[in-house]
Amino acid sequence: MIPASSQGKLHPAQGFYTLFYKEWLRFWKVNVQTVLAPVLSALMFLLVFSYSLRGRVEVFPGVDYSSFLIPGLAMMSVLQNAFANSSSSLMQSKMTGNIIFVLLPPLSHGEFFLAYLLAAAARGLVVGVGVLAATVWFVHLPVAYPLWALLFALFGSGIMGALGIIAGVQSDKVDQLAAFQNFIILPLTFLSGVFYSIQTLPPFWQWLSHFNPVFYMIDGFRYGFFGHSDVPPLLSLTIVAVSFFALSLFTLWLIKIGYKLRL
Amino acid sequence: MTPAIHVEHISKSYGDLKALSDVSLEVPQGEFFGLLGPNGAGKTTLINILAGLVIASSGSARVMGFDVRTQYREARRSLGVVPQELVFDPFFTVREALTIQSGYFGLRNNKGWIDEVMHHLDLTDRAETNMRALSGGMKRRVLVAQALVHKPAVIVLDEPTAGVDVALRQALWKFVRGLNREGHTVVLTTHYLEEAEALCSRIAMLKQGRTVALDTTQNLLRMHSGCYVELRLGAEGLPAALEPLVVERHEDGAYRLALKDYVEVERVMAQLRAAQVQVREMEVMRPDLEEVFVQIMSGH
Repeated sequence: MIPASSQGKLHPAQGFYTLFYKEWLRFWKVNVQTVLAPVLSALMFLLVFSYSLRGRVEVFPGVDYSSFLIPGLAMMSVLQNAFANSSSSLMQSKMTGNIIFVLLPPLSHGEFFLAYLLAAAARGLVVGVGVLAATVWFVHLPVAYPLWALLFALFGSGIMGALGIIAGVQSDKVDQLAAFQNFIILPLTFLSGVFYSIQTLPPFWQWLSHFNPVFYMIDGFRYGFFGHSDVPPLLSLTIVAVSFFALSLFTLWLIKIGYKLRL
Repeated sequence: MTPAIHVEHISKSYGDLKALSDVSLEVPQGEFFGLLGPNGAGKTTLINILAGLVIASSGSARVMGFDVRTQYREARRSLGVVPQELVFDPFFTVREALTIQSGYFGLRNNKGWIDEVMHHLDLTDRAETNMRALSGGMKRRVLVAQALVHKPAVIVLDEPTAGVDVALRQALWKFVRGLNREGHTVVLTTHYLEEAEALCSRIAMLKQGRTVALDTTQNLLRMHSGCYVELRLGAEGLPAALEPLVVERHEDGAYRLALKDYVEVERVMAQLRAAQVQVREMEVMRPDLEEVFVQIMSGH
């Protein structure tokens, strides 16, 4: 036996790293469900929409509809999966009670937030890369400004990871989380210009789309591929970055006060 | 020496419900301390406040001298909690669960201690088994192991033997007693009062969120001054004068009498002699903690 209070050398970042790694393992161990399934869904969308609309729609000059669709589908997958990761992990942990394993250790609210956020972003990005890797074989996809695309993917997955933390902390039951997903996340992502350019919408819907933050994520991400967007990319980046930092601060505050975690 | 646990005027309310009302207690380092009380007395709330799972409405709590709110990192590193509910993460094997838990506490390369804990809790053969595939008893062992991976100075066991078999119970107590001998402070809540009587040197009893008793186990047992006499008598049976003392009557001619004091034993014997009743067997018994518990709870 080892005497009391004889803990070995403590590594300050180990707690954060372990929580991130645990969250990574949590989705990677079931990657058929968490990575392959969303990639397949995106492929289905591409198949159905590109075959039914190819030749009938030209959204950007010189860009065929299938090419236009791929970045949108990739970004939609990034966003939905980032949200799904943090929200389902937290909600399931709360429901089964194993959330205490991460509440009992000496993790700060910042470490807690960052670990869940980065794991969510990681899953989103893995799925996004998977969608791109699976679809580029069928359609020519230019990459005009890859760093712009990466920036939007990082901020977008971060925003959805933070929203997932909020939803997971807030939800006590599966149907509460499903409501969050079905009535907020799904409409925001589907009505964000994944399948169309907002220039093709009637004026009222164009105007309304500007209040959807996901629109800026999709539009900015698409700019990274085609060098063409509905709104200036810098404006999109500013809106997305400000949304990310504001949402992160709010999520950090929720965790700090122990909202629905420490009763 | 800094007390292992120091709780001062702790109260916790959930709306109108007062889960804890002005509870104060101190547990010195190295003690085996019992926290007893009926369901809903506030035992788990108090433990959860120490662990940082519940935030107290007022008052302060310290673990090894560290405030559980302002010095939560040090306080949580000093504390290992075995929760009451059988919770587990279905994604991981036993070894993964313990390695992850160890990592949360900032420990790397903790394999040696994890192996030792698994060995003591008879988990070595199940190290690579997924948590989902374990029996309830085995899951309970993993919970104990998870609470110990960071070698906490203070170990809190919240009803650890609820629903577990005799073998695990004995293995668990042997292990925990060993840890206590090595200097770990142990706080135990249990509904098995014979366990508390055998293990704890001091006990606090809670009722409806208030401390109703806090003393050494010996002093609590002495509070109950009465005793019991079990008699197996000849065919003459019990004299009528002793009938009011009978608390149990067995078909084979055995009686259990409740006496207010040991002095009354002589009076009972005198009456049996006077009635010329043959005493075939006789045993004088002290009250146990359960009776003290019932007496204290009914008095408050």
